[in-house]
Amino acid sequence: MLHALINRYLLSITLLLLIQGCNNEDTNLLASKSIIYCSEGSPEGFNPQIITSGVTVDATANQLYNRLITFSGPENDIAPSIAKSWHVTKDGKRITFYLRKDVKFHTTEYFTPSRNLNADDVLFSFNRILDKQNEYHYISGGNYPFFQSVEFDSIVENIEKINDYTVRFTLKRADSSILANLATDFAVILSEEYAQHLSDLESQQQIDILPVGTGPYKLKEYRAGSFIRYIAHNDYWQTKPNLEQLIFDITPSNTGRLTKLLANECDVVAYPIAHNKIIERPDLTLDEVTSFNVGYLGFNTARPPFNNKLVRKAISLAINKEAILETIYFGKADKANTIIPPTSWAYDKTLPEQEYSVSKAVRLLNQAGYPDGFAMNIWAMPVQRSYNPDALTMAKLIQGDLQKIGVNVTITSNYEWSMFLKLVAEGEHQAVLLGWSADHPDPDNFLTPLLSCASALKGNSRTFWCNQQFDELIHNALETSDLTKRKAYYAQALRIIADEAPLVPIAHSKRYQARNSNIKGKLLNTFGGINFTEASKN
Amino acid sequence: MLIFTLRRINLFIFTMLLLTLLSFSLSKLFPGDSLINLSGQINATAEQRDVLAEAYSHNDSIIHQYWAYLTHLFDGDLGLSMASHLPVSSEIMNLLPATVELSMVSLLIAMAIGIPVGFIAAVNHKKFTDNAILSIAMIGYSVPVFWLGLLAILVFSIQLGWLPSAGRISLVYEIKAVTGIQFIDILMSDNEYKWQAFQDATAHIIMPACVVAIAPMTIFIRLARTSMMEVLDTSYITAAKAKGLTFWQIIYRHAVRNALINVIRHVGLQFANLVTLAMVTEVIFSWPGIGRWLIESIFQRDYTAIQGGLIALSSFIFIVHIVTDFIYAGLNPLARDRKHGA
Repeated sequence: MLHALINRYLLSITLLLLIQGCNNEDTNLLASKSIIYCSEGSPEGFNPQIITSGVTVDATANQLYNRLITFSGPENDIAPSIAKSWHVTKDGKRITFYLRKDVKFHTTEYFTPSRNLNADDVLFSFNRILDKQNEYHYISGGNYPFFQSVEFDSIVENIEKINDYTVRFTLKRADSSILANLATDFAVILSEEYAQHLSDLESQQQIDILPVGTGPYKLKEYRAGSFIRYIAHNDYWQTKPNLEQLIFDITPSNTGRLTKLLANECDVVAYPIAHNKIIERPDLTLDEVTSFNVGYLGFNTARPPFNNKLVRKAISLAINKEAILETIYFGKADKANTIIPPTSWAYDKTLPEQEYSVSKAVRLLNQAGYPDGFAMNIWAMPVQRSYNPDALTMAKLIQGDLQKIGVNVTITSNYEWSMFLKLVAEGEHQAVLLGWSADHPDPDNFLTPLLSCASALKGNSRTFWCNQQFDELIHNALETSDLTKRKAYYAQALRIIADEAPLVPIAHSKRYQARNSNIKGKLLNTFGGINFTEASKN
Repeated sequence: MLIFTLRRINLFIFTMLLLTLLSFSLSKLFPGDSLINLSGQINATAEQRDVLAEAYSHNDSIIHQYWAYLTHLFDGDLGLSMASHLPVSSEIMNLLPATVELSMVSLLIAMAIGIPVGFIAAVNHKKFTDNAILSIAMIGYSVPVFWLGLLAILVFSIQLGWLPSAGRISLVYEIKAVTGIQFIDILMSDNEYKWQAFQDATAHIIMPACVVAIAPMTIFIRLARTSMMEVLDTSYITAAKAKGLTFWQIIYRHAVRNALINVIRHVGLQFANLVTLAMVTEVIFSWPGIGRWLIESIFQRDYTAIQGGLIALSSFIFIVHIVTDFIYAGLNPLARDRKHGA
């Protein structure tokens, strides 16, 4: 028995050595054909049409789907994708898209397409959103948040099929942001044939759970809270993906993601912490892009004292943004001068820099009739967002700043997020710390949803600020597609915001991502989700 | 041997009865409706509740209720998890194999290292080697496992980058769970990357298994040492010496075998300890086992999961206990006559 024991002992040791020995010789490793991306959360579904959360966009939009048109280049110009070209009529009310003929849908275990993408798929994808009679409109709740926020149904009159590969959008009014809207991560093209197939099976709700798209990867397996496994779509119409597998390892804990990155278990990590530690390591790379977002302090302009423009300006002069950038964003953000980030083409470089001056603030308060200051509340949002990672601490800093001009601040932050949003939309607050992430690079995506009169009425803006002159300017800017004219309109609009100060823009945060240096290819854009189309590993 | 077997079975049945009794009373002791605690259907409508009350004989005497609970147990119905709304039994079936795998590998490591080291200590009794081994064993026994786990991750994963820090296998490999024991599943699969997956799974299990193994290993060192010293004191060893056998011949031929028998007797006891350690370790290494799940369930006040997990884990430990008892009896004829369970 002892001999047997010793033999076994030796055998197991040899085995272990063997295993170790073989490790580096095999060049055909599966691991070298796969990328593991450690993401921060589970997606809500697999269709970007029905969501706005960044996690889901990251997981689905660029991996599984394509849009008619897309953004490309540093200027975020609109470029062809499924539509190889398009034509806009002079009055800006008709847009004709000419589709590629070689776009193939995913062949998966649950669906085998019999035809390439054609006009029917485009019609289905948009009619699902626009047409309340559509069989699929109310599947998954009937909410299309992005399309509702840009008022898609009040822009698009109808969409018609000219022939199998030509589609025409007829608009109710000229809107120069429509192309940008169609190029966002949300305007994906689904398969009409798959929808038919699901209708035959009477399992329509599967369309958003088991996706069929045209993107570079297709879904193999999803385990909620654990991982998503994508495999390469070998018939992808653009260049074939370099990888065999793309895996989303769902790791909600910050430290967990960092550990996995440092231990080389993840190739790419979302929202890393400990940036210095990552920069220190030669085998890791830290990527950063300034996101199209803004964190701001919004005033409830419907209630005193903030219905007075002087008071609003006084507060905005008294806030020390530098200190906030240092404390809340650890210097990982750009100071916001207006609500549009400086990287946008609509940003006006001649716009005067906003000052920090306690004495001027006091003077303005005196002028407004509050020589002894007043008491106010600030609602700090109870969740973390990249544009505001710690609203409570930010509120405390502002509290300290405003103390200096005699304004006493009480902070409200003990509501749960949905309750918080509801109460703020009802105007319970006097001032609120919130933010906005743009879905596409068109500047209108900042101005209309945040400060237009329409958004003030619906309670979207939380500032309840409505300025006719401003509204006219942003409206005019949408009606023309001449870029210099649009720039001039937006420059004027930004000046009105600076003068009226319905909100105090604080910061444009940066989005960070860490990767192993052997992962090549551009993954992050200034807006929208992560994109693994070009990713490769060597 | 027959009586021995019958006694073990008897012991098994009664212990299980006590366990189920405890688990059943937990449903009454936990806050809230005991029927909901048993079935886990927190969102049941009034009608569904009536059906449940019928199924669990909830309007009859407590004996009937207990009996109904037992029948459900025997049907493999442990209710629904309050957190995930999945059947507790299926969750356990998914998770338990991972824990079994981890604890078995740890047990092997603990025995493979602990026993020989203990023997070496006994042979060198009261010499420097003995003292050194004992002190190291003492340190090993005193180190808290959660700290050791974190330290191991820091050194071997983060600084040296040798071993992965989390999970059972890299997500790159897609292994169909057939038996749930990953190594067997890998060998059974017809994946072209089988061998790579096997290596990867080995790399994943080394660190958690070693961390779990440390404390039981030190116990095995002490057990092996004591048992070996006892054997070396017996008269048959003196007789063997008198026959003129060399020291190492005596150790190999006589002492080791007899000492091993006594060590094996304690494996069952140590196993309970080991599984407890494995539960904590699973949390640290994100090992998808029952321990991590049970700890999460406790945090989420998932009463059905706590009861089901308790029953599953304790019966697993108990079965291992009985199996080692049988192995012991098989190896040691003297033990077969002992009438009472150890």
